[in-house]
This record gives sequence, C-alpha cells and structure tokens, in this order.
Amino acid sequence: MSIDLKTIKHISKLSRISVDEKKAEKLADDLNSIFDFIEKLNELKTDKVEPLTSIAETTLKLRPDDIKSKNIREQIIKNSPQDNEDYFVVPKVIE
Amino acid sequence: MDQVSKNSSEYLINRKDNQYEVVIGLEVHAQVLSESKLFSASATKFGAEPNTQVSLVDAAFPGMLPVINEFCVKQAIKTGIGLNAKINKRSVFDRKNYFYADLPQGYQISQFKDPIVGEGKVILDMPNGQKEIGIERLHLEQDAGKSIHDLDPQNTFVDLNRSGVALMEIVSKPDLRSPDEVSAYIKKLRSIMRYLGTCDGNMQEGSLRADVNVSVRAKGSKEFGTRCEIKNVNSIKFMQMAIEFEANRQVDLIEEGKSIDQETRLFDTKRNETRSMRSKEDAHDYRYFPDPDLLPLEVSDEFINELKNKIPELPDDKKKRFIDEFKLSPYEATILVSDIDTAKYFEEVVAKMGKKKDMKLAVNWITGELFSVLNNKNLEISQSPVSAKNLAILVNLIKNGTISGKIAKTVFELMLNGDKDPQIIVEEKGLKQQSDPKAIEALIDKIINDNREKAIEYKQGKEKLFGFFVGQAMKASGGKANPQLINEILKKKLQ
Amino acid sequence: MSDITKQSLTELVDNIKNKKLSSLDVTKAFIERSEKSKELNVYITNDFTSALDKAKKFDQKPNLNLKLPGIPMAVKDLFCTKDVKTTAGSKILNNFVPTYESTVTENIWNEGAILLGKLNCDEFAMGSSNETSFFGNVQNPIDKDLVPGGSSGGSASAVAGQLTPITIGTDTGGSIRQPASFTGTVGLKPTYGSCSRYGIVAFASSLDQAGPMAQNVKDCALLQEVISTYDSKDSTSVDFKRNQYSKELTNNINGKKIGIPKEYRVDGMPKEIEDLWQKGIQYVKDCGAETIDISLPHTSYALPTYYIVAPAEASSNLARYDGVKYGFRAKGENLIDMYEKTRSEGFGAEVQRRIMIGTYVLSSGYYDAYYLKAQKVRKLIKNDFDEAYKKVDAILTPSTPSSAFKIGEKTNDPVSMYLNDIFTVPVNLAGLPGISIPAGHDSKGYPLGLQIIGKAFDEQNILNIAYAIEEKIDFKNKITDWWIK
Repeated sequence: MSIDLKTIKHISKLSRISVDEKKAEKLADDLNSIFDFIEKLNELKTDKVEPLTSIAETTLKLRPDDIKSKNIREQIIKNSPQDNEDYFVVPKVIE
Repeated sequence: MDQVSKNSSEYLINRKDNQYEVVIGLEVHAQVLSESKLFSASATKFGAEPNTQVSLVDAAFPGMLPVINEFCVKQAIKTGIGLNAKINKRSVFDRKNYFYADLPQGYQISQFKDPIVGEGKVILDMPNGQKEIGIERLHLEQDAGKSIHDLDPQNTFVDLNRSGVALMEIVSKPDLRSPDEVSAYIKKLRSIMRYLGTCDGNMQEGSLRADVNVSVRAKGSKEFGTRCEIKNVNSIKFMQMAIEFEANRQVDLIEEGKSIDQETRLFDTKRNETRSMRSKEDAHDYRYFPDPDLLPLEVSDEFINELKNKIPELPDDKKKRFIDEFKLSPYEATILVSDIDTAKYFEEVVAKMGKKKDMKLAVNWITGELFSVLNNKNLEISQSPVSAKNLAILVNLIKNGTISGKIAKTVFELMLNGDKDPQIIVEEKGLKQQSDPKAIEALIDKIINDNREKAIEYKQGKEKLFGFFVGQAMKASGGKANPQLINEILKKKLQ
Repeated sequence: MSDITKQSLTELVDNIKNKKLSSLDVTKAFIERSEKSKELNVYITNDFTSALDKAKKFDQKPNLNLKLPGIPMAVKDLFCTKDVKTTAGSKILNNFVPTYESTVTENIWNEGAILLGKLNCDEFAMGSSNETSFFGNVQNPIDKDLVPGGSSGGSASAVAGQLTPITIGTDTGGSIRQPASFTGTVGLKPTYGSCSRYGIVAFASSLDQAGPMAQNVKDCALLQEVISTYDSKDSTSVDFKRNQYSKELTNNINGKKIGIPKEYRVDGMPKEIEDLWQKGIQYVKDCGAETIDISLPHTSYALPTYYIVAPAEASSNLARYDGVKYGFRAKGENLIDMYEKTRSEGFGAEVQRRIMIGTYVLSSGYYDAYYLKAQKVRKLIKNDFDEAYKKVDAILTPSTPSSAFKIGEKTNDPVSMYLNDIFTVPVNLAGLPGISIPAGHDSKGYPLGLQIIGKAFDEQNILNIAYAIEEKIDFKNKITDWWIK
C-alpha cells in the first residue's frame, strides 16, 4: 500500500497542521516506510481476538457530585496567547 | 400550490398528483441536572461570569485527566429507565476528535459504540390516539464551551463555562411523521426528565436542544429517503418550522428530478430556511476511539435496581391513576400530568380539599382561571401567586355553597395579591352567599311587583324574560344570592 | 566530605540524616557541577536560585523523618511543576508555566526533596535519542557526540553525569529503560497504574508511566516507594497494596524462576548483546535462581502494534495544543489558519510525523485495518506474557539491541530509530513493570543493559532480582568528565 500526496493533504487537514509540497513529499516517504513496517501485522489472523481496550487492571471509579473547583479564571487565562481578562480571544472563525 | 393536508392523523405534502410522507428522527441533547461537570469538579450553574466555572481539566491543561461523576451516571440510567430502555451494564467512553475554539481538548468525550442506555420507547398522546416512538439509544457526553462572534469585529471570544457539562444525547428511531408529533415528543421527553429530576428541560437556557433528521418519501413507500440533519435547533417552534421548510425543499428537489444530498444543514431563524453547512462536513472525520484516560464504565444489577426502586411515578402512570382514582377524563388527565409541577399542584389541591371534594370543579379552576392568570403573567405554576392550599379552600367554598361561582372569581382576583386565605376575603368583604329562602323570596316578590308588566309577558309565553328576572334578583342581592335558590323561587312565583 | 556528587542517593540521605551533610551542602554541590556541565545540555530550565533557598529553609528546620530529606533533584520536563516552566521539549509549550503540580513530583517534594530544574527530553517524549527536543541534543556523559537515548535522555545523562543524585523519567515504549541502558544507569518502568499520570504531559495515555532513574537499584527502589501512590485524580491509577520497596529489598532470589524468551534473539543483533545476555543468565543462576526457556510468540509484532497505538493516542492527546489556551500561537488570518500555522511551527518533525500516523490509522476507512487490528494484537502480546507467567516469576532480556549511537546517525531513518525499542515496547503494551540495569560494556566501552520484566504490580520482585545480580555484575560506569574544562 502507498500513501499518496492527496492522503497526506487530507490527514494534515484533519490534524490541523499545514503542509507545503516539500514537506508533504517527505512525509509521504516517511509514512510509507513506516507503514511498510506496520503491514507486518497482516500476517496475523485476529478475527476471533477481542481487542484490548484497557490495560489498567482496575475498574472505573466514580467520584461524588461535589463542586471542588472554584473560580480560577485568572489561573485559567494566565498562560493564554491572547485574552481580554474575561475571555480567551482567537482570530475570527470563518466557516 | 404547496399544500399540507392535516386531515386527522396524516401530515402529507402534496404536489400535483403526488403525496409525500415526512420521516423524522431526533437527536436530543439534554443537559444532565448535576452540581458539577461530567469529568471535573467545577460548577454547572447557568449564567455565571465568563470562564469562572472552568477547572484545569475543563480547559484541557497538559496532564489533566477526566474522572467521572457518579451522579451523572445515575441520572443517565434513571432517564433510561424512564424511557423504558435497556440499561447497558458495560459502556465505553470514546473520543470524538475535531478542532474548534470552544473544544479545549480537541476532542469531545462521548459514547460511540457502547452507550450506557440502549433501545426504549415513549408514548405520545396525539389527538387521534396514542403513538409509540422508539428510542434508539441514550449516551453520556461532554458539552463544549461557547464561541462568541459578535463582541468584536476581528476576533472570536471563548467562554469555557459550559465545557465539560454533562449531556445526555437521546436518539429516537425515525418514527416521527409530523411537526406536531415532534412537538409532542419533545414535550414528552421533557416531561419525563422533569419528573425524574434528570434535566430541567429549559430550552431558553439551552438545557434541551436537538438535531433534527428529516427525509421524505412517496406516501405508502417503505424505503427511506436520503436524510438531512438540521443541527442544533433550540425551540419546538423552530424545529417545526425547520421541518416544514426542509420537507418541502426535499419534495421540490424530487419533483424537479434532482437528488437530495445527505448533509448537515443549519436552520436560519431569521429567514425561516435551512442552509447547507457542507464546508464543515468535508473536514469532519471524527476518528472515534476509546478514551485511554478512562476505563469501560461497569455498573452492577444492584446499582441499577437501587435506581429503579427510586423512580417516582411517571406521567403515563400518573395519568392512568388520575383517570382511575379521580375519574378525570383522559384529556384532563393529560393536561394535568404533562408537567410535574402542575401534577404536584393538582395533587396538593386534591389533598387539601379533604373528604368532600369536587374534582371537576378543581380541575376547571386549575386549567381555567389559574392557567389563564399564569399565562398572562408569564409565570410557571411553581411560581403561582395562589397556593394549592388556598385554591383548595376556594373550591370548597363554592362546593359547600358559601359563595357562588361568580363571587368566587371576585375572591380569586383578590387572592392573587399575597395569596390570601379566601375565607378571610369572603368574611372581610361580606361576600357570603345569601342562601336564606325567605330573604330571597322577599327580594323576588319586590322585583316581580316592580316589573309587573314583564311578569305578565313572561306568563304569556315570553320565556326569555326569565333571565331578566334572575339578573335583577342577583343585582338586588349584590351578586350574593344563591343562584339555584333564585331559580327555584322565581319559577314558583312566576307560574 | 569527599565528592558529594559521586555519592548515591542512599548515601546522601544517610549523611543528611546523620547531619554529616546539610541540604545546602548537597544542593550547592550539584548546582556547581551542573553549572560546569552546560555542554551536556541536560537542563531546559534550571531552578537553582530557588533550590538554594529551599535548601537553606530545610536546614533551618530539618525534618529528618522524611524519605528524601533536603535532597536536590532535577526532573524530566514532562512533569508539570507549579510556577516552573514546563515545555515537554517542545516549542509549542516554550512559554508554559503550570499553576499546578503533577502527583508524582508532589509526592517527591512531600518527602523533602528540592527541585533543581527541568531536564531535557525528546519532544513530547517522542524519540529514542533526545534529538527531537526543541532545546537541542543532549550529550551522553559516556562519550562526546553520543546520544543518551530517549526520550528521558536529559534525565539519564543527568544521573550518569552526576548532576542530580536521582531523577524521574517517563516510559511509553522504553523511554526510561533505553536511556538508562545507554548511560550505564538503572531505570524502572513501573506497572501501568502504579504511578499517577496526573500532571504529566501525555504522550500515549494507555502506555505512559513515570518511573525512577538512578545510579543503583537501592536508590531506584527508594524513589519508587515515594512516587507510587494511588491517585483518585487519575482514573487509570490502581489501588493496590504497595510495598516498601527499599525496606523490603533483598538479594535473596533463591529458587526464583526466570524466563528466557527465545524471540528476543533477533536478526542482526550484535554478538556483544548476546554475550551480555548469556552473562546475565549465568548471574541469576549464580544467585540461586533457575532459568527456563520460554516463548513470547508475538514479540516481533510488538513494535508495529506500538507504532499504531502510540501515535493514535498521541494524535488525540496533542490536539489540545492549538494556540488557544496556552503555549505558542502563530499569527493566522482566521481560526483555522491560526491552528494550522501554530501546529506546523510549534511541533517538530517527529511529532508531526506521529500525529499524521495517528490521524491516519484512526481515520474513516482505516480504523479497523489499523487501530482495531493493533488493539487485537496488543491482546495477543499480553496473552503471551500471561501464559509465560504461569511458569516463571520474571523474564530476563537485553534492554536494547545495541549500545548508544552517535548523534545524527539515525535521524534520517525513522524505522531504524524505532527499532531501538524492540525489547522495551512489549512491556508497555502489556502494562508490566520492567527494569534496566547496567550489565557490561561493548567493545567501544559503551554501557549495555539487561532488562528484567515482572508480573503486574510485582515491582518488588524485579527490584530484588536486579539488586541480587547488580552485586555480581559490579558495574563501574566509565565517566571521564570530558565535558568539564
């Protein structure tokens, strides 16, 4: 199998990473060599194997419905690249 | 030319020789009533200052991890029980991956393959009878934050207060066939969840909103048409308008021999039309996979049964009981059970009326006078200016003849101001009904005497004049005379 | 007092407890040596001024009942530290200062230790040579221009170069054990769920574990005792009865059954590695243990599985770095443009590569063929170990298929870089504990490590085995201080 430039463009769009032609070609090469190596898994028949969904040997613990986090807006906003003290500010969303 | 026939049950769209049926399925997003969020311990209260109910987890800081709220799990299971649905003892949380400014993690934690609640059903009371609507599933998921586009010309502002609030997504089967059924369905879901206390159903605050799937097909066809999904509609009225528009749009396409694209659309409330959001669709491949920060959610039979035992009487059962126990008509019962607060109010009135109760009268007062006051003042029944206790007293005063129905209306007006005890009002204003036959007889004698000519006309056959005498007698008594006695005595005297 | 920085953690703790050394003496010594060792490039951020203050404060009112009384310690820059910049080795977090502390570091400070600074690592822990760090390569103290391994390369070099008495790393596919092996130090990856992941910058959530990196097994056991706690803030944290690992440490492994998996004898593996392994087998026998040949049939599928599972989780875990809430933001015309530029400029090549792989294997139409398939093979790999542990108490393997390589040697060939983790990755996939201890040198004089893999939550057992053979091996790291002028 082979990952072409169109696929690279598609996944770069999904992952919101801009990719120019040169970078796309390099990525296609790299990914193809990695997927050649990954294809080894096709040697195995796994129809009857249950997928492993969690490796932690425990059950999901549930927490009580208590409010523990107070207003920490200052902390939340502190590291933001742009804000107006109340809101995070981002460039206009264009659909 | 475009016509919609609404004869009895069927909602059909007519074009020349063709009739089309509309097929609708809903994905309702209901905010879980809980103190704190689904995976974090910050508050869920509506209307807080921006970004003041945001924890490190909600804002997706590096290394922050989700820990699930037990109460939200219980709320989802309770809702599932209320929808007569299968509760899944094992469910899995998945990540739904997409980028948006108000989605801090870059994914929403939701349930994809294994939801907490499976198939169920709700019963709708339609004018022409009952209809069962299938529930496909209910799953738990996180809400996103809010992007505000209109506070600044160049920028979008982001408020994460809602980020992480628990939602139940309730997916119906494509069983709905008309805007009216959609309205009844939403109202029924809302009613059930309010009975259960799992969602406040407040559509203005966005606690309940829906994605509406619409398709059309020739009447009688068994195949489904291509459907369009109208995203995030937040009122019943808009849902109905959107369905009308969308169904007609699809029918027009078919009539023109064009095909319908399966796509996501948006309802523009200002223009009353749906618009394609295709640009967004292209970029969406949600890449669901089980959230590795969480384990599968496992609940025991014991856990579920404990919740089952605590389920209150739900609208369908309550309705049945109101009919059986209180001899209400199905119509009256439906009205009284539709909202939990109305049902509570009614039951409290019933309780306070004591042994000699007039159920009909109580129902009429609640659905008549009280509802019209609430409607005019734009109040919920929980905010009623007249308490159930005082309304019960008022009804009893009518029932035992202390006041007439007409006087009762005057008393009721006075009760609106400070929920005053009607007995005191009647006492203070001297509104007690005149029920002494001798006094009424004297009063009537005087009136007949004063209107001898009319009395003769009556006796000669002008029976209409009876009402005149009643009115005069009432007027003379200041409205307090017992109308039944007036009738009886007048009839005797005018023979 | 002889050279403080040459002392082990255990010795330093004893000396502070016996008041032969103050916290300030020790802290100063490590800071001074660190100042002279800038060429190793182990620190991304130092917190020396504050460390000296804390040491003074400790000495004024020393609490000598603590397990790490006044011990200075640098930590991998993947652990969020309150008010101290935390970068994960990435430009995208270049300016990020957490307002919170990871559970693991919190545990460490609660036992009296003092933060020296934040140690270099591969960007988001994605790498096997520390060459993907935005903050430059780390030098291995063993030799100039030699990689220290990765991703906890800064941590390994800092311990080997005696710039910190001990440290913590994180291990997703070998990121503690491989650099430990490359630098002649001891590194433990605990059982998944043993150490809380709260406050650790996530790479692959189902594989990540924090663990100690030390000069010897005893120090390693002591730190493991401190960092392993049940944490309700991490849903995957396991509430099991934890040992007092250092107190219960014993070199008596008489009668233990140790498995030797034949699948770890891979094509092209240098003879030196095979010889080392044979030596290891002899050591455990000398200690009274019994070795048993076992089979872990799906071993060769572990790496391909890992390179689906880890990137898939990473592609989602790293979606939060979008220039909105914190970290680097590139200027963009609109939101989407801003995202694409921020993530393109903010992430390095290897991270972008893995995000792309992860996005691809989860995308519509490929999920079943890749991600689901990998989860199934992961199950098979775990089953292999479950089967093996019916017969043995632990498993002995080499830590890596080769010794440390030169900087730049493998950067153009991602697959050959990935092959470094061939012996360590199965352990993460199965969620088991594994420890790497230095066991010898290759012909160039570079250290080589042996790995002991245990049953889940059986850290005590592998620490004991490591402790027993450590005595026999009597490894001496050849550190010449070549970087100190």
